[in-house]
Amino acid sequence: MPVDPDRKRKIRLVSALSVAVLLAVALIYTSFSAATEAKQPSELLNAVPGTSAQMNGRVVKGTIHEQGNGIAFDVVDRDGGSQALPVTYTGAVPDAFRGGREIVLTGEVQDGTFVGEPETLITKCPSKFTTKSDA
Amino acid sequence: MPSLGSALLALAFFATLAAAALALLGRNGDRRRVDISRRVVYAVCGLLTACVLIIELAFYGDDFGFRIVQQHSSIETPTFYKLAAMWSSQEGSLLLWAWVLSIAASAALYSTRNRLRELVPWATAVMMGVAAFFTGLMLFAPDVNPFATLSTAPADGVGLNPLLQHPSMMIHPPMLYSGYVAFTVPFAFAIGALVTRRLDSEWIRATRRFALIAWAFLGVGLLLGARWSYTELGWGGYWAWDPVENAALMPWLLGTAFLHSIMVQEKRGMLKVWNACLIVGTFSMALLGTFLVRSGVLQSIHAFGDNTVGPYVLGLIAVVLLGSTALLVSRLDDLRSPKRIDSLVSREAVFLVNNLLLVGLTAVIFWGTFFPLISELFTGTKASLAAPWFDRYTTPLAILLVLFTGIGPLLAWRRVSWASARRVFRVPLAVAAVTLVGLLLFSDAGEKPWALLLFVFAAFALSGLAQEFWNGAVARRRLSGGSLPAAMAALVGRNRRRYGGYVVHAGIAVLLIGIAASSSFQTNRDLKLAPGESAVVDGREVEYVRPTVAVNDEYLQFGALLKVTEDGGDPVFLRPSRRYFRPSGSETGLISEFFLGEATSEVGLRAGAGSDLWTAVGPSLAEIQKRVRKADEGFEACIGGAPGTPPQCDVLSGLMRAAAANPALQATALEQITKLQSLAAERIAKSYLTDDTPATFKVIVDPLVTWMWIGGLIALSGALIALWPSRGRRRGALVRTASDAQKEAKYREIRDAELDHAAGKLSDEDFALIDAELRREAVEILDRLDRERVPANGNGAGEPREKVSQP
Repeated sequence: MPVDPDRKRKIRLVSALSVAVLLAVALIYTSFSAATEAKQPSELLNAVPGTSAQMNGRVVKGTIHEQGNGIAFDVVDRDGGSQALPVTYTGAVPDAFRGGREIVLTGEVQDGTFVGEPETLITKCPSKFTTKSDA
Repeated sequence: MPSLGSALLALAFFATLAAAALALLGRNGDRRRVDISRRVVYAVCGLLTACVLIIELAFYGDDFGFRIVQQHSSIETPTFYKLAAMWSSQEGSLLLWAWVLSIAASAALYSTRNRLRELVPWATAVMMGVAAFFTGLMLFAPDVNPFATLSTAPADGVGLNPLLQHPSMMIHPPMLYSGYVAFTVPFAFAIGALVTRRLDSEWIRATRRFALIAWAFLGVGLLLGARWSYTELGWGGYWAWDPVENAALMPWLLGTAFLHSIMVQEKRGMLKVWNACLIVGTFSMALLGTFLVRSGVLQSIHAFGDNTVGPYVLGLIAVVLLGSTALLVSRLDDLRSPKRIDSLVSREAVFLVNNLLLVGLTAVIFWGTFFPLISELFTGTKASLAAPWFDRYTTPLAILLVLFTGIGPLLAWRRVSWASARRVFRVPLAVAAVTLVGLLLFSDAGEKPWALLLFVFAAFALSGLAQEFWNGAVARRRLSGGSLPAAMAALVGRNRRRYGGYVVHAGIAVLLIGIAASSSFQTNRDLKLAPGESAVVDGREVEYVRPTVAVNDEYLQFGALLKVTEDGGDPVFLRPSRRYFRPSGSETGLISEFFLGEATSEVGLRAGAGSDLWTAVGPSLAEIQKRVRKADEGFEACIGGAPGTPPQCDVLSGLMRAAAANPALQATALEQITKLQSLAAERIAKSYLTDDTPATFKVIVDPLVTWMWIGGLIALSGALIALWPSRGRRRGALVRTASDAQKEAKYREIRDAELDHAAGKLSDEDFALIDAELRREAVEILDRLDRERVPANGNGAGEPREKVSQP
C-alpha cells in the first residue's frame, strides 16, 4: 500500500523528535545525579563524615608531606581564610602541584580529613593565563 | 617604540571602522567605495602586522620596558620561546586574534574581489566589526593593551613557565586561535548572504576553503594540546573533558557538521536554514572558546586568572546570537528549499544523520561543560560532571558516527538502488564480519563491547574507503586508460575534495581506533620501588635499576633508570625524571627555593605500533629536603656570624665581614656565596644517588595509542589534499561571475555522477535519470551565461557556445 509521502515525512519527523527528547531527558536526569557538588574547604570543615564533594581550595605552602603511599597537605578557601582542612591523597600528582596553588580534588570527608580519590587531583595550570598576582 | 605601537593599534582600530563604513556605503553597487574599503582592510592587516612585529622585536631584544615582555619572558628564556611568548599573555593573544583575523579577511576579500558584489560589502562590515571589537578591546579595556609600559624597566623579566616550554605548547595556542578566527570568514559571508537574500550556494563556494582551513587548524591545535598533555603533564592521559578543551572541541564538531552539510546545499540546494544555523553556531562556539579561556566562570586546569575581557566577549556572543537569529527568522521564507530528500538511502540522508550526531555530541559536551552554571541556577550549588558522565554519552555517539562515516561514501547522491547497494556493501560488510570474529577469537576485545563495536565499525569504514579508491581508480582507467597507479593519482588529483575528504575519514577512523583501544585496554599501575626492586606490569618486568641526578642553573633533576624486559626480549631502558625549577628572578640564593618553583615531569616513553610504554617517576625527596634545610640554615648562620658555627664557616663569614666593611667587595662576596651554594646544592642533590629510598612510579601500557597521532596526521594530510588548489584554478580558469561558478559546479556534478556510475554506485536507470536532469540544468546555466555575456562585451555573442558533453 503506498503511503502518502507527506505523511511519511511527518511520521519520520515525529519519531526523530521523540528520540531526541528522550535522549535529552536522560541527559538532564543523569547529569543531576552524576554530578558532585563543588565545595570550598571551609564548607567541609564541619561536614558529616561520608560527605562527598569536589573540593576547590588552595594548598597551604609548606604543608605538603609524604604519608603512607601518598601525600598529605592542608587546604584553605581559594580567596584565603584561616581555617585549614587536612587532605590526604594517593595517586598521580600533577606537575603543577605545589604549595600556594589552587587545586580541584574529588573525594569524601572521613574523620575531619578530606580523603581524595586517586587520579582526581587537578592543579590549575599557572601557565599562559597567569595573572599579575600569580606571577 | 611602545607609543608607536599604540599609535599603530589606534590607527588600525579606526581603519577597521572606516572599512566597515565604506563597505556599507557602497552596498548599493558603488564599486569604488567597496574597492577602497577592501584596500583599507589590507591596510588594517599591514598595521596589525607592524604591531605584532614591534612586540616580537621587544621580546627578542629583552625590552623589559614593555609590561608584556617583562611578565612573560626573561633574559634566560630561549629565543624560540621568547618569540612565542607573546600569546602566553592575555593582551598578546588578543593581538594575535585581531592580526589573524585581518589576514583571513584580506585573503577572503582578495579572492572575491571580482565576485559576489552584493554580498561582499556586508561580509566586509561583519569581519571589520569583529576586528574593531578586538582592536578596540585592546585599546579601551583595562589592562589589556599589549603596548602598556612599566614606569621603570626592570633588569630582568619574570620568565615563561617551564611547563609551557614545550614545542607543542608554543604552536598549540596560535593553531587554536587561527581556527577560531578563520570561522569568522564563512560566518561573515553567511550574514552577507542572509542580508542580501542571495541565498544560493555562492557564499559557500567562496568561503568553504576558509571553513576547511579553520577546521584543520582547530584539529591540529586540539591534537597538539592532547600530545602536550600526554608527554608533559605527568598523568598519562591526553583528554580530560576540561572546560577549555571542550571549548575547542565544540566548534570543531560543529565545523565538521557544517563542512558536510554545505555539500548538500551545493549539490541539491537543500538544508539552507540548517547551514546558516550551523555557521552561526560554530562562530559563536569559537567566540565562546575565546571567552571561556578568559573568564572565571568555570573551574578548569587552565587557570583563568584574568577576567578583564570576559564580559565584553560575552556581550559580543550575545550580539552575534541575537542578531543572527533575528536575521534568520526574517529570511525564513527565502531559505525554504523546494527540494526534498528523495530517499533515506542516499548520501544526503546520511549527511543529515551525521550532522545530527555531531550536533548531538556538541549538545552533550555543551551541557556537561556548563553544568556547574546550570546546576547553580536550579539547585543553588555548583556541581560539576566528571569524565565518566561525558564518556557515557560521547562513546555511543562517536561509535555511530564512525558507522555513518563508513556508510556515507558508499552511497551515491539522491538515491541508491537495492542492487547497487548490495554491490558496494558486500566487501565492507564481509571485512567487518571477519574483524568481529577475529577479535572475538584472538583478543580480549569481547570484554569491552563498546570498543569492539568501534573496531568493527572502523573496519567497515576503512574497507569501504579502500573500496572507493579502488573502484574509482578502476573506473577512471576504463574511462581514460593508463596504469592503475596513474589512474589513482589522476582520480585524486581531479577530485581533490572528495578523495581528500575520504583520507580525512580514514584518519579519523584510525584516530578513534587509537582512542578506543588506549582508553579501554590501558594498564595503569602505581608502583613503589626501591633501587634494585622490580614489578610486573602487563607481562613486562619493570626494574628500578638506579636513581639518577642532574643539576644545572635552572633546575635540579631527580630521576630513575628503568629496565623493562618483555617476554625474554631485549631489555629497554627508560629514564623518567622530575625537574625542580628555581623560580626565576629570585636571588636570595636559598637552596630550598628549588623546591618552591615549578616542577615538571619528564616522561620515560617508548612508543610502539602495538603499544606505548609510558613511565613517570615521583622521587622521594624527604631526606633530600631535610639536608637542604640544614644546609640553608648553616649558610644563614654562617652569614649571620652566629657564635658556635662550624669552622667551615670561617671563609664565608670572613667574606661577609669584608663585604660589610667595603661595599665595593659586596658583589664579589655575593658571587662567591652563590657559587658555594651551587656546590652545596649539587652535593646534596648527588646524595640522592646513594639514598636508596623507594620512589613512586606510574607505569602505563597504552595499546595502539600511537595510532591516535598517526590518524591525526592522516586526517591533516587529507585536509591538505582537499585544500590544494585544483588544476583549473591554477591555470587561472575564468571563474568571474556567479554563473561561471555555477557552471563549474554543475560540470563537477556531472563528472561525479559519471564516476559513481562507473564505480557501480549508481544503477544504469538511476544514472540515466540523474544525468539527464543534470545536463538539462547545465544547459540552462549556459543559456544564462550567453545572455550575460552579450551586454557585458559587445563581441561576446560571437563566442562559440560550449558543449555540455565536454566534461
